[in-house]
Amino acid sequence: MLQDKDRIFTNIYGLQDKSLKGAMSRGLWDGTKAILDMGRDWIIDQMKASGLRGRGGAGFPTGLKWSFMPKKSDGRPHYLVVNADESEPGTCKDREILRNDPHHLVEGCLIASFAMGANAAYIYVRGEFIREREALQRAIDEAYEARLIGKDNIHGYPFDLYVHHGAGAYICGEETALLESLEGKKGQPRLKPPFPANVGLYGCPTTVNNVESIAVAPTILRRGGAWFAALGKPNNTGTKLFCVSGHVNKPATFEEEMGVSFREMIDKHCGGIRGGWDNLLAVIPGGSSVPLVPAAQIADASMDFDTLRGLGSGLGTAAVIVMDKSTDIVRAIARLSYFYKHESCGQCTPCREGTGWMWRVMERMVHGDATKKEIDTLFQVTKQIEGHTICALGDAAAWPIQGLIRHFRHEIEARIDARHGARPLVAAE
Amino acid sequence: MAVRRLAPAEVQPASFAFSAENLAWAQATIAKYPAGKQASAVIPLLWRAQEQHDGWVSEAAIRYLADMLGMQYIRVLEVATFYTMFQLAPVGKKAHVQVCGTTPCMLRGSDDLIKVCKSRIAPHAHELSADGNFSWEEVECLGACVNAPMVQIWSDCYEDLTPDTLNGVLDIFERGDKPSPGPQNGRHLSVPEGGAVTLTDPGLYDGSYRVNIVTDGSVTPKPAGE
Repeated sequence: MLQDKDRIFTNIYGLQDKSLKGAMSRGLWDGTKAILDMGRDWIIDQMKASGLRGRGGAGFPTGLKWSFMPKKSDGRPHYLVVNADESEPGTCKDREILRNDPHHLVEGCLIASFAMGANAAYIYVRGEFIREREALQRAIDEAYEARLIGKDNIHGYPFDLYVHHGAGAYICGEETALLESLEGKKGQPRLKPPFPANVGLYGCPTTVNNVESIAVAPTILRRGGAWFAALGKPNNTGTKLFCVSGHVNKPATFEEEMGVSFREMIDKHCGGIRGGWDNLLAVIPGGSSVPLVPAAQIADASMDFDTLRGLGSGLGTAAVIVMDKSTDIVRAIARLSYFYKHESCGQCTPCREGTGWMWRVMERMVHGDATKKEIDTLFQVTKQIEGHTICALGDAAAWPIQGLIRHFRHEIEARIDARHGARPLVAAE
Repeated sequence: MAVRRLAPAEVQPASFAFSAENLAWAQATIAKYPAGKQASAVIPLLWRAQEQHDGWVSEAAIRYLADMLGMQYIRVLEVATFYTMFQLAPVGKKAHVQVCGTTPCMLRGSDDLIKVCKSRIAPHAHELSADGNFSWEEVECLGACVNAPMVQIWSDCYEDLTPDTLNGVLDIFERGDKPSPGPQNGRHLSVPEGGAVTLTDPGLYDGSYRVNIVTDGSVTPKPAGE
């Protein structure tokens, strides 16, 4: 398990001084100029060597993403856009960075922008995070005042950093929807290609990164890609912020090593499962979009991208939603179906119509008001939505239901039996 | 997606204009975006308009901002109806309670919080209480899942709630005061209840673990793709 000395976020709980001075006393902004002086290629090589995979859910290698930006500008400016539209149900890790440890992000924005030839960056914070964006703005103001960033700063690389915010649309966490929203439009995803690295914000080369991916960069560069790569497991390196919610004794956010065992993590950080390990029913290990994993499979699993994918799920944003045996598992998933119905942007027909259809069927399944044949129909419809939409919201709406049917079909059938068993009695009265 | 329409004409104010302070703020906000890209400011400006106008966006505000930003009215209307944080009808004067009802909160008892809202405020979401001071709605995940269940009222979150502590929070709003935000069970932010089990090593805060491979001379620039 991770030791304190290897934790990147040293003030994630806001128990230390949150100001720039406090952050600098914990080693931030130390030798930033020297890091920039090593050059763009060195920075990107170190990021690649670290094995860092994007922390926004998809797990795409961050260094590789940075290398996609054009090496030379064709006259258009380059942009870094930071995705702080943290809205995936279960996920509340970036919130802690923004409100308690924001200087990691500010420094990371400068370094990442330098590595991609961007002189301006926008941080898109979800609308509901009002206090969080105020805290972030304070950190940025402090950095400007200390001339760490700005047009004429001590690092000799002109750089402006702006906070932007949304207004309650989950879909804006999708990178191209985020760019649309940042341009002042409805957040409806764009067709790709062209990819943002070529045609992004205002038609200019843009890279969109998650808050955590950018915020860990300064520490990785100071300690070296090899340090980060030595933590965790091959292809799943480094540390990660986990947020564990639901039926554990002590829900919490904390930084752990990638590949930590689920059992050790829950026992150490969350005081165990409510009612003991025998009371565990299922876990959604990576935010609402990934399929659930039943207790027997997750209990001793390693929390990393590849292991969880092997279990038919995913690490996603490492938002772990724990459900004990008191959970109405069908209703828990039906509530997620409502979420996706509510958040569909309405652009693609399979998603706009399908999310509503799936939710209505799921609501009937909760009460067993269905036939068993409909379970197969529902599964088949999820397969027709998955992969047939511009963005991944359609997939995200389909997977939780697929996970439920795969692992808890017996529960859905039992409800249908109970309901239909009850009917003749009612009719006979 | 949600179908959202503007409030009926009889409740719409005749006009809207930013206060002098908000106008200055709006101009500074527009300046954050490149020349000609002032439409980018539409969401922050609509939000400020909502704050200025008792917590909801009127049709007059939509027209005013469209004119200010050089946008078609329909484009601003689209934004105001697409993004669900924009309230399109009057909300409670003292508090508009947004209860998170998504699964992580549901697992920890948001149903009971919604019951409190229904009995104490109004039977249906987006309905004003009899005195017009309160309203409520169920919202989707607010991103405070380790502090579930929770509500957001105006700019602050009230977390780790029970029906009793939610009632306590609403009592304070009722009196016209502001409760202290954050967890309502004595916990500190997202620290596990009972105290942190990490970040306790004093070495983190006295510089013992500071490393910088660039400035300590242990690396020299290498060509790409080593």
